[in-house]
Amino acid sequence: MIPAAWYLILAAVLFVIGAAGVLLRRNVLIVLMSLELMLNSVTINLVAFGHVLQDLRGQIIAIFIIAITAAEVAVALGILVALLRNNHSLEVDELTVLKG
Amino acid sequence: MEQAFFLLLSAVAVGAGLLVVIARNPIHSALALVACLVQIAALYVLLGAPFLAVIQIFVYVGAVMVLFLFVIMMLDVRKEAQARFLPKTPLPGLIVLVILAGELIFLLLQSARLHAVMGPGQPVSEQPPVADLSLLLFQEYLLPFEVASVILLVALIGAVVLARSDEADKKAAQRKAPRGAAR
Repeated sequence: MIPAAWYLILAAVLFVIGAAGVLLRRNVLIVLMSLELMLNSVTINLVAFGHVLQDLRGQIIAIFIIAITAAEVAVALGILVALLRNNHSLEVDELTVLKG
Repeated sequence: MEQAFFLLLSAVAVGAGLLVVIARNPIHSALALVACLVQIAALYVLLGAPFLAVIQIFVYVGAVMVLFLFVIMMLDVRKEAQARFLPKTPLPGLIVLVILAGELIFLLLQSARLHAVMGPGQPVSEQPPVADLSLLLFQEYLLPFEVASVILLVALIGAVVLARSDEADKKAAQRKAPRGAAR
């Protein structure tokens, strides 16, 4: 059997990698993808604890996380498309205005 | 056997995750993220959550990542590939990152209660069936389920409104105007 600690270590490693992408990359798209990676690492934790404790609620919360992430990505990419249409760049440092 | 599978899947997942952050070309990042998400779906199967694995493939790989690729294709990738890789001052980010990694390592090593919880894993055959999951989802978690559906609807409408171009607005206004004049 796989020790649950392995899953936690894997999730921590993926979380740090995702945080590196959020903090160090300048492209908005890659920042968003790194956010997806961080959310997935948290989901691994939830499912692993649900597995160890024999509780299905971990999986339920994971399903909700996936649904909300889909909503978040749809809105974020809509904002990106609007930014592109107005000829703004996609670099994080240069996105300084809220009004189109 | 299971441990070998776990090691293989997690190694590929970590490698693909690193590639997401390191790759210069956003398309490479997106494809690496697809690979990483598929590995995580396989890990869900190892954790006795096959339904969640299927949902992961459908929603993340099938919908979210295709949306990402669609938006990336609208960009000029060559211009993006030449852009500077790191921010002008990466030092604050690096400091936060090192602190975060240190905290996680410390927590994983030191937490005694966590170690009490983290016993040996359960065999997959003892897992509750998917029917139990649906019963829990539609009985105890019915209200959050409905709220999630409303959130998805709002996000859908919001995305359409945000991505709609001004020209489309103007055309719609023009189409409406003659009709209003005729009346």
